[in-house]
Amino acid sequence: MSLAAYTIDSIRSDLLAKKFSAAELARDALAYAEAENPKTNAYLTFAPERALAAARAVDAKIAKGEDPGPLAGVPIAVKDVIVTRGLRTTCGSKLLANYIPPYDATAVIRLEQAGGVILGKTNCDEFAMGSSNENSAFGPVRNPVALDRVPGGSSGGSAAVIAQGTAVVSLGSDTGGSIRQPAAFCGVTGVTPTYGRVSRYGLTAFASSLDHIGPFGRTTRDAARLLQVIAGRDQMDSTSAFAPVPDYNAALDGNVRGIKIGLPREYFEGLASETGDHVMAAVDVLKKLGCETREIQLPHTPYAVACYYIIATAEASANLARYDGVRYTMRASSAGTLSDMYRLTREEGFGAECKRRIMLGTYVLSAGYYDAYYLKAQKVRTLVARDFANAFEQVDAIVAPVSPFPAFKIGEKVDDPISMYLSDIYTITGDLAGIPCMSVPCGRTREGLPVGLQILTRHFNETLMFRVADAYEKASTQ
Amino acid sequence: MKITEQEVRRVAELANLALSDEEIARMALDLDGILSHIDKLNELDTANVEPMAQVLYDAEETATLREDRERPPLTNADALANAPASGAGYFKVPKVIER
Repeated sequence: MSLAAYTIDSIRSDLLAKKFSAAELARDALAYAEAENPKTNAYLTFAPERALAAARAVDAKIAKGEDPGPLAGVPIAVKDVIVTRGLRTTCGSKLLANYIPPYDATAVIRLEQAGGVILGKTNCDEFAMGSSNENSAFGPVRNPVALDRVPGGSSGGSAAVIAQGTAVVSLGSDTGGSIRQPAAFCGVTGVTPTYGRVSRYGLTAFASSLDHIGPFGRTTRDAARLLQVIAGRDQMDSTSAFAPVPDYNAALDGNVRGIKIGLPREYFEGLASETGDHVMAAVDVLKKLGCETREIQLPHTPYAVACYYIIATAEASANLARYDGVRYTMRASSAGTLSDMYRLTREEGFGAECKRRIMLGTYVLSAGYYDAYYLKAQKVRTLVARDFANAFEQVDAIVAPVSPFPAFKIGEKVDDPISMYLSDIYTITGDLAGIPCMSVPCGRTREGLPVGLQILTRHFNETLMFRVADAYEKASTQ
Repeated sequence: MKITEQEVRRVAELANLALSDEEIARMALDLDGILSHIDKLNELDTANVEPMAQVLYDAEETATLREDRERPPLTNADALANAPASGAGYFKVPKVIER
């Protein structure tokens, strides 16, 4: 049974009205997801026992008249870079093909405590490095909207399961656009919260100053509800923020009158024409709802990709040093000495993109280059962040495209790393600044490919971002 | 060229990657292209710009430290469960010192 018609709220009211039990929903959802999965390869691992145990716990609470939690019975998918105790977590890598984590990520603990039902783990680019989900050791994910096209990346599987109706909400991770770009490509909603809003304990580290966990859903309301559950301080992650988590959905009153929206000039140059048309049509909808729009400038945008690929790869080269064939990865069998074992395990285990990024990161951090690359990039990052700070003195929110073009064909860009990197230009900036940003569907091209609208706000102002997204969503789907 | 094959080999050593000759050649081309794009950053004068080393850090210096209290660690069996080779409660690796 497809989950496309379900929301968190509809499942809750159906459970309380005894239309079905959480266990029945979990069984039906798993059967459908397992049958549909070969079309897209979005799930890597299913978790039937864990899902049914969680669902039965929800049913038991309802039977006793207890509150079953804000995510009661909701079928959820989790990106395979987020660890799950006793449930295989591959990170899309051959190195971890058989890795069974001994602990749960904080986000996973929180969503299960809220009554969520994890159906399984989703495919992704290896260690979250990629923009097309073609860098998975377990094969690419196909876009459910157009099966010959990529779903975007790196959280391609977590976006695809929403579009395919094989999960209601899902968790992804975003370092340079890995939630928003696949959300845009698959026509679903994806949220990158403020840096530090969600604990990264149990998120496999890629670039620690940029990594985020965030939710996908079919609606803003569902994505906001999932964020509500996983957000907040966690003593297991010293970078998680103390700021209190507001009631996001309480603010979704549809009223956006008088909100000042900035349109960054630099984000509307070099767009595929249909993408630009859809984004501008969305801007018109927001104007009709009473938003005031004005052009703004984010002048350091052209430097963001270069800045990002220094910082992200430098941090990745350090974070990925731990995959050495000793503690939890596969090991190359041919090595006779310890140093050969490290080198051959990593040579056999990492895919081409991971190697490229480890090499670039090692190079920019190597003796004599640190100031010219890493330090320079950190300074440029300050300039990119300052652009946003200046813009938010004039406007409340920024609206922009997510990607310069819609989903491309599988194989189309795989041999051209620079053009792949440049396609992240509009999403990288938000990660560099650490501000909340999200993608909401805003129509389809003549070929039927989804286009995403990006909304960005000040640090910790997810509430306003959700209000704009929800108002647009309601106005555009009426 | 921004980077030579010889430099690529040196970096691969630092990164503990036993790249093949084919990979070295391809890597030199790819890194060269990426480093050329990265050169763009030199257009910007950053002499008086502070590096962004922290994304958000408004807490007191010690506020992010948790209370220092004992708690149960991973068990030895759990820690070794994913190891490719283990024995007698330890990770096993190939011989490090020749006799």
